[in-house]
Amino acid sequence: MVTGYEPGAVPATPRAPRTRPPSRPVGDRHRDAPVTVTGLAVKAVLLGLVAAIAIWAAFPLIRARAWWGLAVLVAATLAIFAVYLSRRHIPAKYLLPGTLLLIVFQLLPVIYTVAVAFTNFGDGHRGTKQEAIAAIQTASVTRVPGSAEYALTVATAGGAATGDLVFLLHDPATGEVLAGDADGLTRLPEGSYELDAAGRVSRAAGYTVLTIGQAGARSQEITDLAVPTERGAILAAGLSRAYEGSAQRRYDAACDCIVDLSTGQRWVADDDVGSFVSADGDRLAQGWRVTVGFDNLTRALTDPRISGPFLETVAWNFGFAFGSVLLTFALGVLLAVTLQHERLRGRALYRILLVLPYAMPAFAMFLVWRDMFNADFGLINRVFGLDVDWLGSQWTARAAVLLVNTWLGYPYMFLISTGALQAIPRDLIEAARIDGAGGFVAFRRVTLPLLMVAVMPLLIASFAFNFNNFNAIFLVTGGGPFPPDSPLAGATDLLITYTYRLAFGASGAQYGLASAVSIYIFLIVATFSVIAFRRTRQHEEVFR
Amino acid sequence: MRIGRAGPAGTAVLALALALAACGDGDGGDGGQEAPQTGELVIWSDPNRAEVLNQFKDQIEADLGITLTIEEIAEDQQATFVTASQQGAGPDVMVGAHDWIGNLVQNAAIEPVQLTDAQLAAFPQIAIDAVTFGNQIYGVPYALENVALIRNTDLAPDAPATIEELVETGQRLKDEGAVEEILCLQVGEQGDTYHIYPLYTSGGGYLFGMGEDGVLDPSDLGVGTEGSKAAFEKIRQLGEAGVGALKRSITADNAIPMFAGGTCAFLVSGPWAINTIQEAGIAYDISPVPPFADGGPAQPFVGAQVFYVAAKGKNKAIAHEFVTNYLTSTELAVALYRAEPRPPALTAALEQVQAEDPDLAKFIEAAANGVPMPAIPEMAAIWGPFGTAEAAIVGGAEVDETVDAAAEAIAEQIG
Repeated sequence: MVTGYEPGAVPATPRAPRTRPPSRPVGDRHRDAPVTVTGLAVKAVLLGLVAAIAIWAAFPLIRARAWWGLAVLVAATLAIFAVYLSRRHIPAKYLLPGTLLLIVFQLLPVIYTVAVAFTNFGDGHRGTKQEAIAAIQTASVTRVPGSAEYALTVATAGGAATGDLVFLLHDPATGEVLAGDADGLTRLPEGSYELDAAGRVSRAAGYTVLTIGQAGARSQEITDLAVPTERGAILAAGLSRAYEGSAQRRYDAACDCIVDLSTGQRWVADDDVGSFVSADGDRLAQGWRVTVGFDNLTRALTDPRISGPFLETVAWNFGFAFGSVLLTFALGVLLAVTLQHERLRGRALYRILLVLPYAMPAFAMFLVWRDMFNADFGLINRVFGLDVDWLGSQWTARAAVLLVNTWLGYPYMFLISTGALQAIPRDLIEAARIDGAGGFVAFRRVTLPLLMVAVMPLLIASFAFNFNNFNAIFLVTGGGPFPPDSPLAGATDLLITYTYRLAFGASGAQYGLASAVSIYIFLIVATFSVIAFRRTRQHEEVFR
Repeated sequence: MRIGRAGPAGTAVLALALALAACGDGDGGDGGQEAPQTGELVIWSDPNRAEVLNQFKDQIEADLGITLTIEEIAEDQQATFVTASQQGAGPDVMVGAHDWIGNLVQNAAIEPVQLTDAQLAAFPQIAIDAVTFGNQIYGVPYALENVALIRNTDLAPDAPATIEELVETGQRLKDEGAVEEILCLQVGEQGDTYHIYPLYTSGGGYLFGMGEDGVLDPSDLGVGTEGSKAAFEKIRQLGEAGVGALKRSITADNAIPMFAGGTCAFLVSGPWAINTIQEAGIAYDISPVPPFADGGPAQPFVGAQVFYVAAKGKNKAIAHEFVTNYLTSTELAVALYRAEPRPPALTAALEQVQAEDPDLAKFIEAAANGVPMPAIPEMAAIWGPFGTAEAAIVGGAEVDETVDAAAEAIAEQIG
């Protein structure tokens, strides 16, 4: 879990021959490649799978009337068929799966993140304006004071599945039985109905009483049915009770506002912020999603809460990432070089032991380490007889997370260094020795530079990974300790944990803002990686 | 085996035939699906509650004549529910804590329920207060819980009447070597608003003022007031710079095991701690969290577990029926209690089980001064800054400066 790269990805040795492989005689052999039954069958099955997935994916798109999505789906499917059915487009046959996956898993999330950064998407601003209006109106329906409570039976005038819905209502206080539909209430003559033990109508002449299953199938209609009365409407509270309720707030399209019917207060829609706001600045809780332009991106830089601790967090973030790479690499190389020694016995066993931390689930290890650092009850203070408030003060907490990350990360560095070292020819080192270099000088002047060329890309990857190593911080210190005068940014916070707390923490989701900060993080990591890769390339040139 | 050139058309036909064959099965299944003969209901809950509900699945299905699906959401239940609801993939009924209400309402994820006067009267006022938000009731509470002071009766036979008395007893036990810590009250590096709240209120602090309409007023922030500073000053004196009764090294993970292991004689925790303590064979008793000698009452937060009706559920009529009319029956509440001993919210159910479980009555008694945890969305701004301020002050930080910074951070976040 320490880097995104697998240990198998050890790059080619620096001395790999640079000559091209001998070019094949021109003859385009693949044109004549034999067609086997197995090959054909595999191809047909795979393409069949593609078609099946496409058809399966098409139905929801059609139902949602997402025509653009459908067009993309059809185009992608046709492209796949065209490429693999044709005998040409050989390079495309190899590139297509990777390209499609790249688009789906890399490009789309990035585009989506950028798109979200320009909206106010977050808690209270998730849906559309229509949904917000509906929610406000529904939430304002209250029981009319002093109104009756009815025992309800859901019935239809006609067939159970198609007839018009009717509420058969029994008011236990007056003994009246009423039938209510969208037009209003009518009183049922005595004798035309029967009541059950719970006081609900169990049978009524001219009506079909619905079973719970039949009612369930028409759930939406039942919830929507409002039997008009003088003071409001009779609504179902479940399937066995009804009450007389009235909406206290209503949307008025004329003023594009919500009006409170009892107080007359108005909340006017503000489409810039996606909320209904009253004249005195009161905001209704239910808002909707709108585009806010560059607000989030500028807020991340100008809001003192976010930008204030930003620099210190960035500095520590770089320190943590550099420190992690440096310490893990130094320890990994040291052990790898030590275990290179041919006279050392039991090398295989040592190697297995050294790689053990890599095999442990990092999540569990982070939590174990956190408990070991506990000031009063932790293993470390108890064993060493120390009284260090490890996670409670700034620098010890930073040292603690670096220590934990080093312990988890060095086996990876050890593995890749071992691999790369074995590819460095011994004669180079022997030549250096003959030229008078001591063991350390030979390592420093010959082995290390050659090693660096091989592992540099992996170090950069490791840096990028540790730059956003959320788990290491979140699980060990949670970003703490927090300085008393600034409770939002802790001493060990990385940008990513800090952003997480701002956007998702206990303070509710603000996806728009979080996306904006992610864009900045992306820019920082990308810039750094580009510079680092440039430098590596120069590095490589020196040795070629 | 080599065969001649197979034309692309042939392969395509074969591929499509396979695809259609695969689809054919699915279509057959879909086509056979008539309108459901029984009503359906989908409930989401956390794994613990799902296990309990599953024991009553058959009974509920038989009573209501529906097909019940109970799905467990392993973590992040609230966020999962809100996101799924938004996309129309949510449940009909959601089980969760009452302090979600503010956020669920602003995201239009739940609907108010209409209870009759008789149904309302069946719950204690605090349970109804907990689920009331902006003069609507947003769900039916089924269990209430709060923290109390749990003590090891072998070490501390008498319940302390004040914090000072508790510290004195704890200190004496510590000096005698009977325990290692005066009090196990979880703080951790991040602080713990929920557990410190009784002490904070007894010291004179509050979070939000109560508006005239009986609704919490987010513009009246209690953090940063003189009262809150006085309270934190008392907390500081209990902390690492004072008598050492509160420590950051006591965390959510180790507080209960330490009490069960005899490291401390006093524990501030809730009904969820009892199982561990009983298994450890500790003789214990439960009393209200004591106030400071010269302070106000110590008010623990009371939390309710609630069944919510999802606003975007597909079977809303059945969901309302289940939540408002079925869950308000005493039998089910008692049965749920038997499956998992949390104090039932229904008064009648509580009275029925109280006789068999003396702990229950004691936890209820400890809630006498309690207040429902604020459910307004602004509460989300409290947890982080309040907790870090608490941890810093327990660690010995200056009170004025720390509380002011927390108040500022909270105020900025509320906006």
